[in-house]
Amino acid sequence: MKALWEGRIGLIWSGLLLAAVLALPWYKGGATLASALAEGVAGRVWLLPLVGAALALALLALLSRDWRIHPAGAALVGAGLGWLLLQGFGIGLRGPALPGLGLLFPTALEGQPGFGWGAWLAGIALIGALAEVLAARGFCRGERFAAFAIIGIVSALSLFVFFPIVKLMSAAFVGPDGTLALTPFLTRITASDLWSLGCLTGSGRCGVVINSLVLGILSAALATALGLALALLVARTDFRMKRLLRAISILPIITPPFVVGVAILVLFGRTGLVTVEVAEWFGVRPTRWIYGLPGILLAQVLAFAPVTFLVLLAALEAINPTLEEASTTLGAKPVTTFRTVTWPLLRPALAAAFLLAFIESLADFGNPIVLGGSYDVLSTKIFFAVVGAQYDLGQAATLSVLLLTLTIAAFWVQTRWLGRGSYVTVTGKSDAGLVAPVPGLIKWAAVAAVVPFVLFTVGIYAIVLMGGFVKDIARMDMAPTFGHLWTAFSFEFNERGIQLFGSAWNSMITTLWVSALSAPLTMAVGILTAWLIARQDFTGKRAFEFGTLLSFAIPGTVVGVSYIAAFNVPPIDITGTMAILVICFVFRNLPVGMRAGIAALAQIDRSMEEASQTMGAGGGRVLRDVVLPLIRPAIFTALVYSFVTAMTAVSAVIFLVSARHNMATAYIMGRVENGEYALAIAYSTVLMLVMVACVAAMNGLVGKRKLGRRSTVTGTPHPAE
Amino acid sequence: MTQTAIEFRSVVKRYGTATAVAGIDLSIVKGELVTFLGPSGCGKTTSLRLIAGLELPSAGQVFIAGRDVSRDPASARNVGMVFQSYALFPHVSVLENVAYGPVIRGTPKAEAQARAREILEQVGLAGLEARLPAELSGGQQQRVAVARAIVQQPDVILFDEPLSNVDAKLRRKVREEIRSLQRRFGLTAVYVTHDQEEALAVSDRIVVMEKGRIAQVGTPSELYEHPASPFIADFIGDANLIQGRVVQGQFTAPGMAFPVSGPDGPATLSIRPERITLSPGGPDRVLTATYLGSRMEYSVATERGEMLVSRPIFEPRLTAGQEVSLHITPADASRVA
Ligand SMILES: Nc1ncnc2c1ncn2[C@@H]1O[C@H](COP(=O)(O)OP(=O)(O)OP(=O)(O)O)[C@@H](O)[C@H]1O
Ligand SMILES: [Mg+2]
Repeated sequence: MKALWEGRIGLIWSGLLLAAVLALPWYKGGATLASALAEGVAGRVWLLPLVGAALALALLALLSRDWRIHPAGAALVGAGLGWLLLQGFGIGLRGPALPGLGLLFPTALEGQPGFGWGAWLAGIALIGALAEVLAARGFCRGERFAAFAIIGIVSALSLFVFFPIVKLMSAAFVGPDGTLALTPFLTRITASDLWSLGCLTGSGRCGVVINSLVLGILSAALATALGLALALLVARTDFRMKRLLRAISILPIITPPFVVGVAILVLFGRTGLVTVEVAEWFGVRPTRWIYGLPGILLAQVLAFAPVTFLVLLAALEAINPTLEEASTTLGAKPVTTFRTVTWPLLRPALAAAFLLAFIESLADFGNPIVLGGSYDVLSTKIFFAVVGAQYDLGQAATLSVLLLTLTIAAFWVQTRWLGRGSYVTVTGKSDAGLVAPVPGLIKWAAVAAVVPFVLFTVGIYAIVLMGGFVKDIARMDMAPTFGHLWTAFSFEFNERGIQLFGSAWNSMITTLWVSALSAPLTMAVGILTAWLIARQDFTGKRAFEFGTLLSFAIPGTVVGVSYIAAFNVPPIDITGTMAILVICFVFRNLPVGMRAGIAALAQIDRSMEEASQTMGAGGGRVLRDVVLPLIRPAIFTALVYSFVTAMTAVSAVIFLVSARHNMATAYIMGRVENGEYALAIAYSTVLMLVMVACVAAMNGLVGKRKLGRRSTVTGTPHPAE
Repeated sequence: MTQTAIEFRSVVKRYGTATAVAGIDLSIVKGELVTFLGPSGCGKTTSLRLIAGLELPSAGQVFIAGRDVSRDPASARNVGMVFQSYALFPHVSVLENVAYGPVIRGTPKAEAQARAREILEQVGLAGLEARLPAELSGGQQQRVAVARAIVQQPDVILFDEPLSNVDAKLRRKVREEIRSLQRRFGLTAVYVTHDQEEALAVSDRIVVMEKGRIAQVGTPSELYEHPASPFIADFIGDANLIQGRVVQGQFTAPGMAFPVSGPDGPATLSIRPERITLSPGGPDRVLTATYLGSRMEYSVATERGEMLVSRPIFEPRLTAGQEVSLHITPADASRVA
């Protein structure tokens, strides 16, 4: 029975391959919907070798049960896969990209469209067959599921993470005529609008890189200080607002971008509530002081302090209280204990928190674009290079290379400092021994920092909550109204059923679709990757792990530009589709699910999975029967996180939305640009409510594990926006 | 007629540059219980996992029931395994744990559960089917693990240090249970332990391993009485290793002359402590006398160095400092090198 099954798996892959080349339309959007065979016969002869390989493989799989170890099987699969890629990338829309192919196939001069259903399916089938071939040779201890998962994920990562980045890099060095051009790159990268120190010497403005670095360092320093104050209050004092602080720390994750910026404008803009009030009291002229560094800094510190708070809280709670106790019993005063014991133990976590906030600040796009005014930073500059009137991919690519270098350098330093994985696991704190109370002076300093933070946050969210439902919050016109909501979401029941008129419906529905599609996919790929890393031994595992983590450090703007660079030409032209949005989220959020999964798997005895294997379960069955039920909290974390991020992320998608597939955040950005603050705020409120409702629903669906183990919460920093 | 259940042919397993198993040839007969014994890190667990398919050999072949399974994953082999930690699935009941294998292999659920019930009854767990594993005692959990491993009538059942999580007092009982189940079901079993007493007690044959190789294979009494090397003599039980020289079939060491077999040249003899008798007066001197309840253990200074002697408790006791002489029968000495 087993042997029969072995043969059949091979037949499935080769059957799919046959269907892909014989039945499905090979090209994307081709008017003819012709298969590879038909296209090949009609003149695109370079497709015929693929058809031949598919037929030969099917024949081999039918005739020989041992096709997996037959050298001919391996040769066919390898050659098929190689040729699929070579012809796809070698012959572009307007003719051969590799000159040799033009000589070989004269008809190639007419070019070919991008991959369609047939080509995609052929790729998947060949990858499946490749996994079979390798598993039969002992890869992954012969487990076909694991082999398929590894090869599949590596292929997907190469295609959707590394290929776009490489393409983007090359765009930085390649001139408009397609030849290597170093001079323009050198001109761009040394331009004074990148590096000028004018603002420091008082002779003009600073360069974008300097601006980004100044912002990053200030923002990270302030956020770390505030995070430390919060963490000290929660972990080391009898401060009564711990629950409130923890709740506040979740807010930035579910807050759509721009709202905080808008709320700050409503309060401190030139006609802002506070500005006007202050101007009247002190008789000064209202200014636009908030635009630029102060505004961005304010918004970023509010957003990042919760992240640093979680990191530092975990570190504080991990400090064994007996160390501090020992110091105290030796007669040290609280200040001395803090200075000589607590502070040195905290230093690595402080460095980690700082770097985390630094990366986030560099990558942040939403706040600078709303509050930046003329203060340009790298991420906004990249955006305007591509989206503005002057479409200059070379410029965007050059800036991206710079930004990427900075974030990856910071990421590298961070992982060096923290060892592997920079996630923090927040567990119930150990209750052995008494924690040393912080010295009075430090406590009061912390309170002095935290109270304004709490007031600010409360104020901002009050604006957010009210703003959408009063006539004009910016002018203090507080008459309640549902007008903004109605503009966005009006609908009508009539004889044709429900009709949606509101201007926001389109983006809302797309957003829900994209989130609903990408969340389970992200979770699945993330958890699968975690399982492979935690449980499988294979060559290249280190590189695999590093690659997945690296995608964490790529700022969203860079991802967006790189997708434009890579995916609006054949063979993979998917810009303007919903698929590109989903794919973008899956690979950007993958590390979150992965880290949650790895942390959860580390607590589970591997021999349970081995027991399942010895009883006859293949890799997929092991996952389903044993692993997944035991790591439900991680699944939940991954699901919620990827859902929420898909609803609130802006930096990457802003490049990828189209008129047909607009996303909520892109729509909101448009409203903010038009000064329609109330509408933006109303929409954001709706988004937040939808998120809360969906998360509650997911909670019901996936639930919490109830096996009596102590539940652990994983504090997960989000990918660089 | 004896049938080969498992066969290793020049099996090698490397992890990167480290070699865990360095070339093993072995065949295991159907229905016998074979123990892998050896010091920590010698490759016992790895050899067991090679049978299970949880590792695939880097070179050589593994045969189970006459079939070359060297490239088959664990899921394609028919083996049962009892893990050190039992590895019961914590989220499903005892019954579902035991019925899991048959269900995976395509038995209808009702039938699989009926079979699971039957096995559970045979291992003495009737009535506990609905419990979760966490609601059982350690010994009961272990029996569930055994039931789960034998429910599919595997070609071989594997035990990796099954007693290491069992209370010291219970160990003897549990190992007898395992042995009697194995006999009752006629199972071929491979058992890993680093406790030599446990190995002597349960095995039909013992495979002693050293640094990834087989040092000796034999029945418990063969190994104990005729160790093939000083390592084995020392590893199984206690041994006095005496170095000397063989000239024309005669072994000589200070104060000793023995007829032995084997070639001339330097040689080592192994003599078990309980095979040596003592009489008062003589050239040697008792260094320490240790009371062990069931016997006395003496360390005696001789011309050949210190020797360990173990005597029944009912014999007249000697005390430290006393002059004695040692008596050894040539038949009790085995040449180990
Ligand atoms: N996954 C692995 N990667 C690298 N080396 C390994 C791996 N598994 C085992 N080894 C090495 O192979 C050797 C044999 O290991 P094995 O687990 O078989 O020992 P063992 O005889 O079972 O020891 P113990 O009695 O301590 O359980 C050891 O040196 C071990 O370090
Ligand atoms: Mg072991």
